[in-house]
Amino acid sequence: MREPVSKKTAAIKPSGIRKFFDIVQEMDDAVSLGVGEPDFDTPWHIRDEGIYSLEKGRTWYTSNAGLKELRIEICRYMKRTQGLDYDPLTESFVTVGGSEAIDLALRAMVDPGDEVLIPQPSYVSYEPCAVLADAKPVIIELKGKDDFRLTADALRDKCTDRSKVLIMPFPNNPTGAVMELKDLEAVAEVIREKDLYVVSDEIYGELTYSGRHVSIASLPGMRERTIVINGFSKAYAMTGWRLGYAVGPENIMSQMIKIHQFAIMCAPTTSQYAGIEALKNGDEDVAMMREEYDRRRRLLLHEFADMGLPCFEPFGAFYAFPDISGFGLTSDEFCTRLLREEKLAVVPGTAFGDCGEGYIRISYAYSMDDLKKALERLRRFISKL
Amino acid sequence: MTEKQILRKKILDMIEKNSRIAISEIAVMLGEDELAVANELKALEDEGVICGYHTMIDWSKTSLDAVSALIEVRVTPQRGQGFDSIAERIYKYPEVQSVYLMSGAFDLMVILEGKTLQEVAQFVSSKLSAMDSILSTSTCFILKRYKDHGTILAAKYEDIREPVTP
Repeated sequence: MREPVSKKTAAIKPSGIRKFFDIVQEMDDAVSLGVGEPDFDTPWHIRDEGIYSLEKGRTWYTSNAGLKELRIEICRYMKRTQGLDYDPLTESFVTVGGSEAIDLALRAMVDPGDEVLIPQPSYVSYEPCAVLADAKPVIIELKGKDDFRLTADALRDKCTDRSKVLIMPFPNNPTGAVMELKDLEAVAEVIREKDLYVVSDEIYGELTYSGRHVSIASLPGMRERTIVINGFSKAYAMTGWRLGYAVGPENIMSQMIKIHQFAIMCAPTTSQYAGIEALKNGDEDVAMMREEYDRRRRLLLHEFADMGLPCFEPFGAFYAFPDISGFGLTSDEFCTRLLREEKLAVVPGTAFGDCGEGYIRISYAYSMDDLKKALERLRRFISKL
Repeated sequence: MTEKQILRKKILDMIEKNSRIAISEIAVMLGEDELAVANELKALEDEGVICGYHTMIDWSKTSLDAVSALIEVRVTPQRGQGFDSIAERIYKYPEVQSVYLMSGAFDLMVILEGKTLQEVAQFVSSKLSAMDSILSTSTCFILKRYKDHGTILAAKYEDIREPVTP
């Protein structure tokens, strides 16, 4: 028989998280700080709207781009949070989570050989999605000394004639880094100069603890070259609903919708009805959850300092990215031993790019009690090293 | 709200959910000075804003008998004192958990905790109904507590998320 799998697919590395997942599964009493999703349930009024839509028999496809009412709410959200105007009908559409939008944006924008600039450490899917779109991923290494922000120099260094798309993964998973206005301004200058397009993944935008999140699309000359990706998973604790969206200029949106309509049809209808409720009446829930994450974040940093674990202050998402290079172990060794010896699961920085070596990702999307128990294990482990 | 009011609100929110939380922990989580938090707590206690640090117990999970009843009471308000004096006569009984003045079809809501049904019945018939200004009572026993003070008693929280995800 012939080889059934394409070389392109076979060459993609499996996620570095898998191994830890497998070990945890076989343990009875493991504790984890390894999740990438909120610990809150979706607020009840949002769930109730989803249930109500089912009761009313709203069980059909929606239009490919998603319910008009939801797209109107999405565009209102962009207006009230970023001051950006998008036409709901031609410049926005609803996706199956932010992940789908990342895939679509890259497939719609690059030709074989085009280069996609990917700052790392960052979410695991940008690089494989670029490869699957036949682009060449070019990694920009973010540095601890820059608080894992993207600098204009780092970007300029990696630009070539083939550079086409820059991924902007902020607030960042796994580092918790944010880009403030001045950081964005410096990077935007290079983007305009090099005529790049931007895929800005702002899924953690609402979870910013140092003032409000600023979208790079809101900077001068950036709206027409930026696709903003966002979704409901993190802000409204709706990961399982698989609901996200993209907004951007019509010429790109129309092509992304084309792929979306053939590959997906439409995002889940139930989720879309719940999404309308989330955007209309969910601001207080988001504020409550943000406040709670912020308290845990402060506690976490305080505990790290107390146990002698260096960590830069993360101002976004729900992750901290402490520096473990001083313990003489690689990230993978550190995490494997931590799991074996203290039954505590965290994720090695290297799962998010080679330059994550020397760091571990710790999620604080846990109840305060669970967080404290887990931190005790971490403290005990470090004291033995 | 002023900054001080916001801080007070945050402290109260935290302590209402967990009265055993350490002052140092409140300070860390709110990014405030420990002394400032301690002073604010002291002030809140002195002002009577914080009236106590009680524990929420689901007595139904113990082997002890405990029944609770909500009693709707209609009364004739007394000249010059309104409902206050009759309320006082009721709330001085230690088995009375809460007394509220209500708007609507009745006047006072009395929440009673007794060991047995008989004990509650006894209190209503011989104590409450016998008071002069009480016109009528209507007693409703609590059969099951699903949620109390913002805490869902029916279900225990369980983290069923996948343990490691990107």
